[in-house]
Amino acid sequence: MKELIVISGKGGTGKTSLTACMAVLAKDAVLVDCDVDAADLHLILKPIIKEQVEFKSGQVADINNDVCIACGECKNSCRFSAVVKTKSYIIDQLSCEGCKVCQIVCPVNAISMHENICGSWYVSETRCGTMVHAALRPGSENSGKLVSIVRQKAKEIAENNETDLIIIDGPPGIGCPVIASIGGATLALIVTEPTKSGIHDLKRIAELTRHFKVPTCVCINKFDLNYNAVREVEIFCKDNQLKVIGKIPYDLDVTKAMVKGLSAVEFMDNSVSKSIKDVWDVLNSIINKEETL
Amino acid sequence: MKIAIGSGKGGTGKTTVSLGLALSLAEESLVQYVDCDVEAPNAHLFFQDIILNEKTAGVLVPEIDSNKCTFCGECSKFCAYHALAIFPKTALVFHEMCHSCGGCSKICPEKAITEVKRNIGKIKTGNSNGVILSYGELNIGETQSPPLIREVKKTIDNKITAIIDAPPGTACPFVETIRESNFCVLVTEPTPFGLHDLNIAKEVVKILEIPYGVIINKFDVGDSKVEEFCLKNHIPVLMKIPNDRNIAVAYSKGIPITETVSKYKKEFIEVYKKIYERADCNKR
Repeated sequence: MKELIVISGKGGTGKTSLTACMAVLAKDAVLVDCDVDAADLHLILKPIIKEQVEFKSGQVADINNDVCIACGECKNSCRFSAVVKTKSYIIDQLSCEGCKVCQIVCPVNAISMHENICGSWYVSETRCGTMVHAALRPGSENSGKLVSIVRQKAKEIAENNETDLIIIDGPPGIGCPVIASIGGATLALIVTEPTKSGIHDLKRIAELTRHFKVPTCVCINKFDLNYNAVREVEIFCKDNQLKVIGKIPYDLDVTKAMVKGLSAVEFMDNSVSKSIKDVWDVLNSIINKEETL
Repeated sequence: MKIAIGSGKGGTGKTTVSLGLALSLAEESLVQYVDCDVEAPNAHLFFQDIILNEKTAGVLVPEIDSNKCTFCGECSKFCAYHALAIFPKTALVFHEMCHSCGGCSKICPEKAITEVKRNIGKIKTGNSNGVILSYGELNIGETQSPPLIREVKKTIDNKITAIIDAPPGTACPFVETIRESNFCVLVTEPTPFGLHDLNIAKEVVKILEIPYGVIINKFDVGDSKVEEFCLKNHIPVLMKIPNDRNIAVAYSKGIPITETVSKYKKEFIEVYKKIYERADCNKR
């Protein structure tokens, strides 16, 4: 089974729009949205939820104010500024990381821990196949753990369905959820844009995939925005043995497709959809080892 | 005053708006630009020729004194993050798992655990034309950005207006960035993705009790649902920026919006006035 992950470093370069196209072109892949705190792929693929599971992770503290003597020891010991003094001492649930230090320093045992519900994950059906996705509760932590769960679930489904390919829409950045998304993947596709910011963040995400030894290729979105920057991307990629597998033009029709709830390849037949199909063909050949990186 | 600029969805124009505000305000008085997107910091690319000072930033992790350790396992039993593993004759620390809570050193009956600093990134600072820039750069392969965001925020001088550029998303790095802000601007685009993520970001801002408003970027490209959403939820729309290929091309070269279209300086000053009227200045 093969896992293709779409990442970018910088947000808003077109990861989800491109992933949606690939979901349509692949026809029978298992689809995953690993951007669990700002998941958008479902807005195009319109999944019908078949299974919903609550995501619990870690614990959060609670202060019993009937017992609390307001000594402030918990506040002094908390490294996450999660103990807030109002009229009484309370725990800021968004800041608490569940370390239990407050519980051990409290002289009167006023603090208890309870399970932290951080969100839900779903198995759904879409017009392009089964999709595993999630919704982190606003402001929650542990997104890396939720990412690992949805990836694992997708693998199980792919095995049971005898599906050979999993396509993953990744999160932006280079931190915890990204690292949880790329580890052990067959191929990472970096979607970049020819801007100073895009190139800066491309360098960081490319270093990350190299660090974790994930085979990587690059595609340049909105390439006609700045040809000098495109050259800069190409030179960087050449110097770092990264294959540039395609260039997609800047076209407001991609936004129109999104508004209609369609992928670009379903919505239009022009140079944009053609370039996306070309990217998909190359990816397919790389994944099936007909073409080398 | 601390003004955080967030979005939920990435690439909607957080940095464009942050730069617009900071550079417009800098014409009148000193302003800070605090880039808290430590995973993908970009604002510094718009300050050409800026000279940056850098220092390393770290988190505290446990160090176990093997002469004192009796391998009782109390520390690993306590650790909520599975960062310690104790075997009959060995104690292991997994630094990447550690959240630096300090609990293990408190719980150790032999006082065998001390905390030592481990580098996770850099803090860079510099000045350019009335803007004091600071930002963090998370080391490649590090998982936890919130501790570095906390370090970046320590550069804030409460006496000067600070524009805080937040990371995308709505999870813990976003929360860490916007906490204690007097106002939060949510930059969005009029698309289903923009609206969906704006809705989640709005929930976070509400939980944190931060006054907020919306800036709609490329307001003329998608549909009207974001505006309807703001109207229905009584969220002030502070500004609407039209789609302009020239702004996008200039952005690609590292030229801020206020230098591309000069009228925006005036418009961002107006935005600042609207923020000033609505901000909660009791928050520190």
